[in-house]
Amino acid sequence: MSDGPAENQRPSPRQKASVRLHRFPEDLPAVQTEVLEAVSAHEYPGASEFALRLVLEEAISNAFRHGNKSKPDLHVDVEWTVEPDRVVISVEDQGAGFDPESLPDPTDDDRLELPSGRGVMLIHAYMTDVSYNERGNRVTMVYKRPS
Amino acid sequence: MASSESRLRVRKEDGITQVEFVDRNILDEANIQRIGEEISEIIDGDARPKLLISFSNVDHLSSAALGTLITIHNRLKQKGGQLRLANIDPQIYEVFMITKLNKLFDIHESRDEAMESFA
Repeated sequence: MSDGPAENQRPSPRQKASVRLHRFPEDLPAVQTEVLEAVSAHEYPGASEFALRLVLEEAISNAFRHGNKSKPDLHVDVEWTVEPDRVVISVEDQGAGFDPESLPDPTDDDRLELPSGRGVMLIHAYMTDVSYNERGNRVTMVYKRPS
Repeated sequence: MASSESRLRVRKEDGITQVEFVDRNILDEANIQRIGEEISEIIDGDARPKLLISFSNVDHLSSAALGTLITIHNRLKQKGGQLRLANIDPQIYEVFMITKLNKLFDIHESRDEAMESFA
């Protein structure tokens, strides 16, 4: 696992990698850029890049804010594998974990005006499959190339 | 109205404040808090603000940006103001559809259509 965000000086984006992030949002763009460059190398459609960029932001934001509770000494690990027909991304924080089933539905009429609580919903909407480890501090997101 | 460091283009026409974003990725995590603060200042400076936000330069949006837009909506509602959104890219509009925020916001295809919709 490399320490810190994906580096700028690289010959080509890594199709498979693990990085450890320490700062949010500062470390986010480099990860998004490298994953999306790997996705672009496989000529995924633009809609796929939009979806993957979005879920990277949502999952990493949730990991730092809700998982690690924005404690500066805690890190977040991100792993990705980009293949011709699917992309798998895992994001793990150092928090106690959460039960995704316990989250209220942000589309309920009485919750529409609340400014937060939509990240997990968007991840599920855009990804083909979303799963969590037992502790609930690691999310694995699978995106299959549209046919 | 906006400072030289602003990432917003702001102009006022017929009592309606029109806001555009300078950068395509302006609604990402690094920028959204500042954008929200700038727009809040605009709202605070008007007794009954009428605000039109154009997304013509925007190609990405996350839940953090949605949260900021909802906060802006709520502040305007408290002041008896009006908010319109316009020129939203189809991919971004899909995010509004998924979250059902297309029911909360008054969204128009074009800036002109949005301008005409103000009461």
